Amino acid sequence: MTLIETNELKKIYLLGENEVRALDNVSLKINTGEFVAVMGPSGSGKSTFMNVIGCLDEPTSGRYLLDGIDVSKMERDALAQIRNKKIGFVFQGFNLLPRTSALENVEVPMLYNNTPPRQRKDRAMWALKALGLEGREHHHPSQLSGGQQQRVAIARALVNDAPLILADEPTGNLDTKTSVEIMELFVRLNEENKITIVLVTHETDIASFSQRTIRFLDGHVISDKATKR
Amino acid sequence: MISIPSTFKISLRALRVNKMRSALTMLGIIIGVAAVITMIAVGKGTSEKLSQQIATVGSNMIIVLPGSTTAGGIRGGFGTQMTLTRADAEAIERECSAVLLVAPVLNGVAQVVYGNQNWSTGVYGTTEAMLEVRDWGLVAGRNFTEQDIRNSTKVCLLGQTVVDKLFGGMDPLQQTIRIKKVPFTVIGILESKGQSVIGQDQDDVIFIPLTTAQKRIFGTTMPGMVRTIAVKARSAQDLNRAEEQITQLLRQRHRIGPNQEDDFSVRNLTQMLDLAQQASKAMALLLAAIASISLLVGGIGIMNIMLVSVTERTREIGIRMAVGAKTWDIRLQFIIEAITLSLIGGMIGIVLGVIVTKFLSAFANLTTVISPFAVILSFGFSGLVGIFFGFYPAYKASLLNPIDALRYE
Repeated sequence: MTLIETNELKKIYLLGENEVRALDNVSLKINTGEFVAVMGPSGSGKSTFMNVIGCLDEPTSGRYLLDGIDVSKMERDALAQIRNKKIGFVFQGFNLLPRTSALENVEVPMLYNNTPPRQRKDRAMWALKALGLEGREHHHPSQLSGGQQQRVAIARALVNDAPLILADEPTGNLDTKTSVEIMELFVRLNEENKITIVLVTHETDIASFSQRTIRFLDGHVISDKATKR
Repeated sequence: MISIPSTFKISLRALRVNKMRSALTMLGIIIGVAAVITMIAVGKGTSEKLSQQIATVGSNMIIVLPGSTTAGGIRGGFGTQMTLTRADAEAIERECSAVLLVAPVLNGVAQVVYGNQNWSTGVYGTTEAMLEVRDWGLVAGRNFTEQDIRNSTKVCLLGQTVVDKLFGGMDPLQQTIRIKKVPFTVIGILESKGQSVIGQDQDDVIFIPLTTAQKRIFGTTMPGMVRTIAVKARSAQDLNRAEEQITQLLRQRHRIGPNQEDDFSVRNLTQMLDLAQQASKAMALLLAAIASISLLVGGIGIMNIMLVSVTERTREIGIRMAVGAKTWDIRLQFIIEAITLSLIGGMIGIVLGVIVTKFLSAFANLTTVISPFAVILSFGFSGLVGIFFGFYPAYKASLLNPIDALRYE
């Protein structure tokens, strides 16, 4: 089943007099349950691609179907709702709320879909437990290691049962050992929970955990094939 | 949409993180609300005190004073010449349609003696109408009768101060006191009226029949002379008409030509006090207006700090948007934060305002009245300040682009 389908996606920025084609006719399909690595040098358009499929940015033209729904022309608030229900984000800098406990950080997405407080807490506890963070629920991000912080962020991405996780250089701030742990976690979520994962990275080691690698250059897809192991 | 209690919790946490900053921001609102409450309390207290005093003078009161003497081009003040008579008073009552009651007065200061106590006080010779003209009741005994006036009986009514000074704890009724050595029987005790507008003790008086005062106490050169005439108009609307009628009548009776000055003067007491009250109300309003400016300044402080807060928390806003916060979720969060600031400030301000007000009435001898209306008004106003000054920063926050907000360092 197709989860992500883009059709001649274009994103053009105007930088002064110059037109920058961040995405130029990108047409792709990603199926449910795939683990895809998106690679490319900086400025290749991979980040823009992630922002568009993450419903954070609108394409200049083209069509984007997420789970069969055309979201390319949706309003701001409708997009927020789509992000809330369908997409879990994992960032390089973790992006947790400071001075807020792990538990409350994981509860944040549920604040925006009317989950009752009791259920919010239960689900957040469940997600933290699933990621091996039992006993750390009341720690603030500053009291957690990088790997633990990233796991809190993944718990936050899972808590609304989103079918898609978008991870933007999730191991960029982590040491090699922790990076491998986090990547194994993604593999497990992909295999056991059938969650579709799209991962941006520029490290081949990290990309090697995926099944499929898409390479970007100057706004174009230059290669799209099974990942070499 | 995000639930209000959850938002409120987020706001409280955000405010706790910057305790000092939140406290200083609130200070503006605290001072504003406290100032509004104190000013309204002082203003209301003053005007209430005035209206009480107006009530003690007697409603719809006009007082007629005699004119001045002129001797060799030197003019004395009002009252230096006795130009009014009891007949004038009777004529006013008879002929002026706007007048309800008239009480002529002949007064002076006299030494009064009871047993081994003595006291100098104001002795007023008047008629039985006096009590009604001044809206003055008796706590014990009876008023004069027409017969007392006609027969110049030696009876008197005592004010509370005189009772206290002469009798201590004893019952003065039917006792005999001496006024300028003339024995008088106490037949009534006046109720207490307290201080007048100018701070005079209104209870330091003795009323005796006018005729007795004329014949026995203040033996005047011309019989029938009175010092002042107290007049009660039919209603507040009749005050001006009564004033005109009295002036016209007395000019006629005193045979004053068209170009001559009056040899008497008519004063509308109630109107003077009303003016004083209006002035005090205007003053109170002005003070409250000035105080509310400080509330406004406090509001600007809130807006300032909320704008800083939005900038500082750009990344937080980006995270919230990424995980599904909608425009109004973000707006509500910051508006509720501003309202929380201003309402907590408002509550502290109310407490402070009440304390300052109590302090003022205890130590600065000011009459103050804390009205629930002022409290609700200033509390509500501080809430509105929060909404008003919180809206722009919240609006700004909600317009952020999630991608830029997430990347904000």
